[in-house]
Amino acid sequence: MNYLLQQLVNGVSLGAIYGLIAIGYTMVYGIIGMINFAHGEIYMIGAFVSLIAFLALGVAGVTYVPLALLLVLVIAMIFTAVYGWAVERIAYRPLRSSFRLAPLISAIGMSIFLQNYVQLLQGARVKALQPVVEGGITLATGDFPVRVSFLQIFILAITFVLMAGFSYVIAATPLGRAQRAVEQDATMAALLGVDVDRTISLTFVIGAVLAAVAGMMVLLYYGVIDFYIGFEAGIKAFTAAVLGGIGSLAGAMLGGLLIGLIEALWSGYASVEYKDVMVFVVLILVLIFRPSGLFGRPEVEKV
Amino acid sequence: MSTPLLEVQHLTMRFGGLTAVDDLSFTAREREITALIGPNGAGKTTVFNCLTGFYRPSAGTMILHRGGRKYQLERMEGHRVARIAGVARTFQNIRLFVGMTLLENLIVAQHDELMRASMFSVAGLFGFSPYRRAEKAAVQKARYWLDRLELTASADLPAGGLSYGDRRRLEIARAMCTGPTLLCLDEPAAGLNPRESDRLNELLLSIRDQHRIGLLLIEHDMKVVMGISDHVVVLDYGKKIADGKPVEIQHDPAVIRAYLGEPEPSFETEPSASPRDEDR
Repeated sequence: MNYLLQQLVNGVSLGAIYGLIAIGYTMVYGIIGMINFAHGEIYMIGAFVSLIAFLALGVAGVTYVPLALLLVLVIAMIFTAVYGWAVERIAYRPLRSSFRLAPLISAIGMSIFLQNYVQLLQGARVKALQPVVEGGITLATGDFPVRVSFLQIFILAITFVLMAGFSYVIAATPLGRAQRAVEQDATMAALLGVDVDRTISLTFVIGAVLAAVAGMMVLLYYGVIDFYIGFEAGIKAFTAAVLGGIGSLAGAMLGGLLIGLIEALWSGYASVEYKDVMVFVVLILVLIFRPSGLFGRPEVEKV
Repeated sequence: MSTPLLEVQHLTMRFGGLTAVDDLSFTAREREITALIGPNGAGKTTVFNCLTGFYRPSAGTMILHRGGRKYQLERMEGHRVARIAGVARTFQNIRLFVGMTLLENLIVAQHDELMRASMFSVAGLFGFSPYRRAEKAAVQKARYWLDRLELTASADLPAGGLSYGDRRRLEIARAMCTGPTLLCLDEPAAGLNPRESDRLNELLLSIRDQHRIGLLLIEHDMKVVMGISDHVVVLDYGKKIADGKPVEIQHDPAVIRAYLGEPEPSFETEPSASPRDEDR
């Protein structure tokens, strides 16, 4: 029982991170109907910026942990947002009126480019960070104590705050309304005075900001990163977005949690080696049996 | 007679060898409904596409007067035509945001003002007062139009659930929420039943009488055209063949010829070829 509880705690923390990345996929898909395969790399860059920021703050002598976390969070968000914005501006916008596959190919190219770019600048070796947040709460004692670390609480709290704030932005601000309008009919939105280019840019920026937070959390959670982490996490978050129903924000959040739980429970009860295989089995099953996902609307074509 | 709002002069639009609009000149005035009519393929929608910045005309000028200033529409980009010159447009097929509520549809149309007031949503998040005021004004304007359309009860329902006639009227209200100087309507009465068509006429007449804007209308339904327009321009093969009050147009021989073909002089004489037959 305690063992299950521990796996659930781990799974939810991991799932929160996947959920944050998945939102980037689902939002971009919603607004321009394209899978941004470079999004995993944006998350990887977020992790690297966080690492650099932690080291720089260490040198600068900022030792108060909450302050350091806050500063790193802000720095990572800003730099990663610039990357997200630039990727859209350089690789996707010029191809927007082109045939459907062009931006997809461009996205894969961008993904490879960013991986190599980080590899060249930062080296191919694994980078490690000393644990920043330590300690935790013991929920249950006994043969198998259940522990929730402060880091896990931090991850869940930040994720919850971001998702709540983000849902509010989409539901009730002019930007959110513009995003939904562009999603439904970009030409008409432009005729009504919505700046479509700017709305799409801001969508990429928001996605990148959330990915930056995920990158920072993964750095804190595992303590090691390399230039290749974006690929695996990106594909898993993509699976989460598909599972939830691509284009649906609530779906992305829930899909992330489910993927995290599947991964944690599979590792806990079956085999750690095959945890990634399990995630992709889920992807295949969803694509076969429920291609529109949990919250997705099936596309009905009116004749 | 009111001042000219839109002056189209020598407008020509060619697509390769085809001249869709040929040396067209006409004037639309404030507080008037100007109808653009003509057989299918006469180039009416092409004129709209030039006006709203979708096409760049091959020749000619389109001058819009707004607040004492002149805007040359043929030199402006699409989204600036809508925002700065104030040309609003509806399409033949209704293009509401069906997944959004009625109220949201009308608020999105005021996006530009709101976005500026909210400083790209940043102030909106924190609820600063200039933004709150702008948002309140936007909601008020939207509510005003919902009241006018008698749709207040469905304000928070998705627009996709409305009847066809109500969707059409909501689309017009949405265009009005952008604060236009010229409202271009592409076949607003298409597909409406007679009752819906009457309500549409009422709405268009009330817009003409209560707002300082001009309406430009493409329409096939002659009952609508003759019933509400102040001024009719008739196109055939891209050329203007008549221009005047509805009554004058109804009796214009060129118009009758374009719609019905050349009348046969008598049954016995050799067949006089109608212009349509020569073209084939």
